[in-house]
Amino acid sequence: MNRPLIRAVDLVKSYPIGAGESVAALRHVDFAIDAGEFVSIMGPSGSGKSTLMNILGCLDTATTGHYFLNGQDSGRLSADALAALRNRLIGFVFQGFNLLPRKTILDNVALPLLYAGLNRPESHRRAAAGLERVGLGSLARQRPNQLSGGQQQRVAIARALVNEPRLILADEPTGNLDSRTSEDIMKLFGQLNEARGITLIVVTHEPDIARHARRLIHVVDGMIAGDGAVESVLQRTAS
Amino acid sequence: MIVREILGEAGQSMGANRLRTGLTMLGMIIGVGAVVLMLAIGQGAQYMVSESIASMGSNLFIVLSGSSTSGGLRTGSGTAPTLTLKDAEAIEELPDVEAVAPVMPNNAPLIHGASNWSTMVAGTTPSYFAARDWSFVSGEGFTENDVRSATRVVVLGQRVVQNLFGDEDPVGTTIRIKNSPFLVLGVLAPKGQSLDGRDQDDTALVPVTTAQRQLFGDQFPGMVRFMMIKARTRESMPWAEQGIRDLLRSRHRLRPGQEDDFTVRNLTALAQTAAGTTRAMSMMLGSIASVSLLVGGIGIMNIMLVSVTERTREIGIRMAIGARRRDILLQFLFEALMISLLGSLIGALVGFFGAFAVSRIVGMTVVVTVWSVLLAFLVAASVGIFFGFYPARKAAGLRPIEALRYQ
Repeated sequence: MNRPLIRAVDLVKSYPIGAGESVAALRHVDFAIDAGEFVSIMGPSGSGKSTLMNILGCLDTATTGHYFLNGQDSGRLSADALAALRNRLIGFVFQGFNLLPRKTILDNVALPLLYAGLNRPESHRRAAAGLERVGLGSLARQRPNQLSGGQQQRVAIARALVNEPRLILADEPTGNLDSRTSEDIMKLFGQLNEARGITLIVVTHEPDIARHARRLIHVVDGMIAGDGAVESVLQRTAS
Repeated sequence: MIVREILGEAGQSMGANRLRTGLTMLGMIIGVGAVVLMLAIGQGAQYMVSESIASMGSNLFIVLSGSSTSGGLRTGSGTAPTLTLKDAEAIEELPDVEAVAPVMPNNAPLIHGASNWSTMVAGTTPSYFAARDWSFVSGEGFTENDVRSATRVVVLGQRVVQNLFGDEDPVGTTIRIKNSPFLVLGVLAPKGQSLDGRDQDDTALVPVTTAQRQLFGDQFPGMVRFMMIKARTRESMPWAEQGIRDLLRSRHRLRPGQEDDFTVRNLTALAQTAAGTTRAMSMMLGSIASVSLLVGGIGIMNIMLVSVTERTREIGIRMAIGARRRDILLQFLFEALMISLLGSLIGALVGFFGAFAVSRIVGMTVVVTVWSVLLAFLVAASVGIFFGFYPARKAAGLRPIEALRYQ
C-alpha cells in the first residue's frame, strides 16, 4: 500500500519535425509523487513542463517510458479508459479557465458528473454544493463571461473538485490573474491539500507561486534539474 | 453519459446558433416538403387513372368490326358491317365470357320541353350495364323484352339529365329523340372521364333494335358497330380472347391465312399500361424531389463539419473532464439527427399543406398518404445519420491534447 500515486519511469516525449528528425520535449524523466503531496513543477517556457503536465493528466501519452497513475500504466490504456481516469481521478485547472462559454456556471460545474453517468438533477445538486464551497453559490445561473477572472478560476476549481478526484493538476492557474487574486487562489489550493488531503500539482514559472507548495520539481531542457523542498531548490537555481 | 443527457447537450448547442440551425434545417424542410408534394401529385394522378379504370368496368374487351374498302380506300376499323347481333349471341355462349353488349352508336338531338341537347345515343342490350359495371341512381334499365319488341325507352347519363332536366328526376317523363317520343326508364350513376378524356356521362342508351329500326335506319339489318365483352375473371381473359377470335373467324367463314375482318382489343390491358405509365411518372417525380433531400443532407454534413472545427476547443475541454469518444460522437450525431428530424417534420407539414394549396389553386387531384410522409421521414432520418456520422466521428477521433490546444 506504500505505492506512490504518481510514478514516472524514464519518460521520453519527442515530436517529429519531418524527415525522420524529431525534437525531444522530455528526456528520460524519473520521479514519484505520493498521495497528499503539494508539488510545484517550475521551469522556463519551453522547458517541457507543460508536456509533462499533459502526460501526468492523461491528456497525452509518452513516446517511451512509463507513467503509472494509481498503479495503472497509462500507456496501456484505451482512449475511453483514459477518459474515465480523467473523469474520476483527476481535476484540471487551466490558465485560461476553459469554461464552456454558452453554459451557465452551474452547468459547467455539473458537466463532469454527467460524464460520470449521473442524471441531471443529481449532478446539479452536487454542483450547487460545490459552488457553495468556493463561495460562488449565488452566481450559479450566470454565464462565465459575466464573471471576473478570479471568479471564473474558482468555478474551474469547483468543476475540478466536483467528482472528488484524488489529484488536481493546475497548469499556470494564476497566469491570467492579478497578484492578489493569485494569492487567494493559491491559498484555496493550500486549504484543499491540507483539509481534504487532495494531491496537488501546480505548474508555474513564477517562484512566488511555486513557494505555496512544499516540494518543487525544477524542469530545464526536458530534464529534472532539481527536486526537493521548495526553498532549497529555489536557492540552487538562483546560484 | 446517459443518452438523455447527451440529447440535452445536443439540443443546447442547436439552440445556441439558431440562425445557422434554421438555415441548415431549411435544406431538409425543402427536401422533405418537395418529396411529399411530388408524391402527392403523382399519387393524385394514379388515383385519377385508377378511378377511370374502375369506371370503365373490369376484364373488358372491345370487338370492332373490320375496315371496309370503297374505291380502293380502306376506311378504318368499325366501318365494315361485319359484326352482327347473331355474333353477339354466339359469343355469349362461350364459357369464359360473362356478358356481351353489342353497341350501335350514333349522334342524335334529344328534346325535352324547351331544352335540347345533342349526344351519343347508343343502341345496346341489357348486358351493357353488366359489362360496364354501371348502376342506376334512379329508375332501372331496359330488359330483353324491350330489345325483342323494340320499344321506345331510354336510359340517360348524368350529363344529359343535367342539360335537359336540371335538378328534376326525369324517370317516367317522355323526351323526343329525332322527333320520336321515348319514355325515360332510368338514370345512370356518374362515371366521370374515361381514360381518353371523353365524358362517359354524356350518353343515352336505347334498345339496340329500336336504334336500328326506328332511329338510325336499317342499312344493314342486324349489324352492330362494336361489342363490349366482359370475361369471367382476369385470368380467363387470354382464353376468352382466343375463343372470341376462333368463333368469329369460323362464323365469318375466314380461311386460314386470311386476315381477320374484326379487331379484338383488351381494354383492361390498355388500362394497366396507363396505370403503369402514371406510376412511373410518380416515381420519377419522387426521385427528382429526393435529390433535394440529398442536397439537404449534404448541407447538414457541411454545417456539422464547420461546427466540429469551430468547437474543437470545446471538445477538448469536454474530453479533459472525462467525455468518452462515444459521448462526443453521440452528441454531434444527435445534433445532426435532430436537425434532420425537426426539418423533415416541418417539411412534411409544408408538403402536406402545399399539396392542398396546389389542389385548390391548380385544381389538380392530390393524394397524401401516410406511407409517403413516413417514407420521406425515414429517408430524412437516414440522411441525418449518414451525413452526421462523418463529422461526429471526426469530432470523437480528436486527440484530447490537440483539441484543447486548438485556438
